[in-house]
Amino acid sequence: MEDHDNLKATELTLGLPGTDAIEKPTPAAPNVNKRSKEEECCGFTGSSGRPAAKAQVVGWPPVRSYRMNSFRERKTEKKEEDSTGIYVKVSMDGAPYLRKVDLGVYNSYEDLTEALDAMFKGFSLGKRITQRQAHDLHRVAEGGDESEHAITYEDKDGDWMLVGDVPWEMFVSSCKRLRIMKGCEARGLTSSP
Amino acid sequence: MVGGFRWAAMFPDEVWEHVFSFLPADADRNAAALVCRAWYRIEQRSRWRVFVGNCYAVEPAAAVRRFPEVRAAAIKGKPHFADFNLVPSDWGGGAEAWVEAMAEGWPHLEELRLKRMVVSDDCLELIARCFKNFKVLSLVSCEGFSTAGLAAIAANCRNLRELNLHENEVEDNCLHWMSHFPESFTSLVTLNIACLEGEVNVYVLERLIGRCPNLKTLRLNHSVPIQRLVGLLHRAPQLVDLGTGKFAAQHHPELFSTLESAIAGCKNLKSLSGFWEAGPTYLPAIYSVMDLIEDDGLIAVAASCKLLQELRVFPSDPYGAAQPISLTEHGLVAISAGCPMLHSVLYFCRQMTNSALLTVAKNCPNFTCFRLCIMEPHTPDYITRQPLDAGFSAIVESCKHLRRLSLSGLLTDLVFKSIGASANCLEMLSVAFAGDGDAGLHYILSGCKNLRKLEIRDCPFGDQPLLDNAAKLETMRSLWMSSCSVTLGACRQLARKMPLLNVEVINERKRGLPLELQPDNCPVEKLYIYRTVAGPRSDTPSCVWILR
Repeated sequence: MEDHDNLKATELTLGLPGTDAIEKPTPAAPNVNKRSKEEECCGFTGSSGRPAAKAQVVGWPPVRSYRMNSFRERKTEKKEEDSTGIYVKVSMDGAPYLRKVDLGVYNSYEDLTEALDAMFKGFSLGKRITQRQAHDLHRVAEGGDESEHAITYEDKDGDWMLVGDVPWEMFVSSCKRLRIMKGCEARGLTSSP
Repeated sequence: MVGGFRWAAMFPDEVWEHVFSFLPADADRNAAALVCRAWYRIEQRSRWRVFVGNCYAVEPAAAVRRFPEVRAAAIKGKPHFADFNLVPSDWGGGAEAWVEAMAEGWPHLEELRLKRMVVSDDCLELIARCFKNFKVLSLVSCEGFSTAGLAAIAANCRNLRELNLHENEVEDNCLHWMSHFPESFTSLVTLNIACLEGEVNVYVLERLIGRCPNLKTLRLNHSVPIQRLVGLLHRAPQLVDLGTGKFAAQHHPELFSTLESAIAGCKNLKSLSGFWEAGPTYLPAIYSVMDLIEDDGLIAVAASCKLLQELRVFPSDPYGAAQPISLTEHGLVAISAGCPMLHSVLYFCRQMTNSALLTVAKNCPNFTCFRLCIMEPHTPDYITRQPLDAGFSAIVESCKHLRRLSLSGLLTDLVFKSIGASANCLEMLSVAFAGDGDAGLHYILSGCKNLRKLEIRDCPFGDQPLLDNAAKLETMRSLWMSSCSVTLGACRQLARKMPLLNVEVINERKRGLPLELQPDNCPVEKLYIYRTVAGPRSDTPSCVWILR
C-alpha cells in the first residue's frame, strides 16, 4: 500500500482530530537528574578537570554500608514527611463516617481542636484543649458536661491516650488515629498510665 | 646467661609470675620468655590474654598449645578494606576453626572478642556450651550469625557480663532471643544491641535491666522508641554509657526536654550515642556525633567541649552534591584549637587547605589517630591549587605519637618521603588515589619503622618497591594493595623469596587462563600479603590464589 498518508488521514483513532499519536516518553536515564543537580549545586569552583559525570567508585568514600543505609532512610523519611503529610483517621462517636486530618498542618493542640470543631460542626466539642497542666488531669473525669467530648488518640504502642498530656511534637510523632469520645464515656479517663 | 637456670630457681615460680604480670605489653612478655627455659615455662603458664591480629597468622591449635591457660582471646579476621566492599564476601575469616580449637584447649576461656570474622550460629552454640565461666562476648563487624545464636548465648552463659554487638550483620530469626536470659541471670554489665535490625521486646528488656544492678553500658537499637527509654532509664540509674540506637525516630528536639528528668536521674552518665544528642553540658570525654553537623556546630563543640578526646564526623550525603552542607576545613581547625585533649579524629569533608592542616598540626601535637577523607579523589588545596603534601607532612612531623593515619586529596611522592622519615610511631597507614610512582611506596616501606598495617588502593605503585623491601613485609602484620600497578611476576618472586609470607592474589573477574598459567606481566587486581607461621590456609575461595 503506497498511499500511507491518505490512509493515515482516514485512520480511526481515539485521539482528538489534529493530534498526532502521542509518543511514549522515554524513561529518563537514571543518573541524568542527579548529574545536572550536581552541576548546578556544585560548590567547587574551578576544580581541576573534574568530569561532569561522577562515576561511583567502589568502596569510596570509605563509609560503611550500614551508615549509608541510615542516611538514605533518613532522607526518604524526611522527604515523605515534607511531601505526604501525617494523615490520621478521626472518628467521632455517633458520627456516620470518619474523617482524616493532616497533623503536620497544625502547630498546637488549639489549632487541631479548632479544625476538628469545624470538621464535626454541629457536635459540641466542649472546651478547647491546650496542653494540660498537672492539675487539669482529672477535670474531664470529675464532672464535665454531659455534652462534653474528650479527644483521645491511639499511640504507637496501641494504647488509647487522652489528647493534651504530652508536648505537641511528641503527640504528632506517636499519634496513629484520633477518636472523639462522648462525655459520659470520657469521664472514666485519666492520663496516668 | 651463665648459670641461668640456677638464678631462676632462686624464687618460686609464683614470684616470677607475679613479676611478669607487671610487664605491660605482650612484646615484653615475649622477650622475657626468651631469657631461659624456666622463664619460658613460667611465662607460658601465666599468660592469660592473647591478641591474634590476623586469624591466619598462626594455627589455632598451635596458639592453644603455646599458651594453655588463656582466659581472654581477641582475634581479627578480614582486612580493613572489607568494610568498604573491596574484599570478596567469601574471602574467609571464618571463626569455626578457632572456636573449635579453643573449646578443646581453653575450657576456662572467659572472654572472646572477634572482629571482622564470619561467625556462625554453630560457633555461638559451641561457645555457649563449652565455656562454663564465659563472661565477655564481643563481636565487631562480624557476620554469619542470627538471633537464634544469641538465644543460645543468653540461655547458657550464666555469668555473662558483656554482650557487645557492634556493627554486625545479624539475621533476625528469633524474635524472643532476649527472653532466653533466665530469671536468675543478673550479671550483665554491658549490653550493646545497636546493630540489631529487628524489634526488641521492651518489656523483656525492662525486666532484664531491672534485675542487673551492675549494668553500666546500654546501647539500644532503633526499634526502642524514645517513650520507652524513660522506663529503661528509671530501671538503670547507674548507667554510664547510653546509646539510643542508630536511626533517628523522628526529628523532634522537644523529646530531649521530656527525657531530661530521666537522664538527670542517671548521675553517672558519661557517654551518649545514637541519633540525637544532649546539650554540651552532658557531653562526655568521648563524643559520637551521629546527627547533622556543620562548621558552626563544630565551632560550638570546640567552645564548650574542652574534654573532647575523639571526634568522628561522617558525611550526611556521601554521593550527593557538594552543597548545601557547610562542613569545611574551618570546623576541623576550630576543633583543633578548642579541644586540647583531642587525640583522635576521623573527618570527612569536601575541601581542605595546607594552611588549615598546618594549623591543626600546630594545635594538636598529641594526635594518635588522624584520618582525613576529602570526598573527591585528587582534590588539591582549594585556594592554592597545590597538592596537600605540605599539610600532611606537617601532621606527621608535629604529631610524634601518631599511630594511625589516613591520607586523601591530591598527593605526590613528597608526602610519602615525609611520612617515611618522620612517622616513627605510625602503625597503620591508609592510602588512596595518591602518589606519582614507585618512589612513594618505597619511602614508606623503607621508613616507618613501626609500621604494622599498610592498605593502599588506586595508587600508581608497582613491583619494584615491593621486591626491594621484601624483608620489611615480614615485620608487618599485613599489606593490602588494590587497583595499583603490581604484576603477577613480582608476586611470584615475593612468594618464592619469603616463605613466611602468604601472598594472596585476589582476582574476581576470572578472565581467560587460571592464574597458574597467566604470564608474569599479568596485572594483579588485589593483593593481600601477611606474615604467618601457619603456611597457606586451606579455606581459600575460588577467587583467591596463594602463591608459593
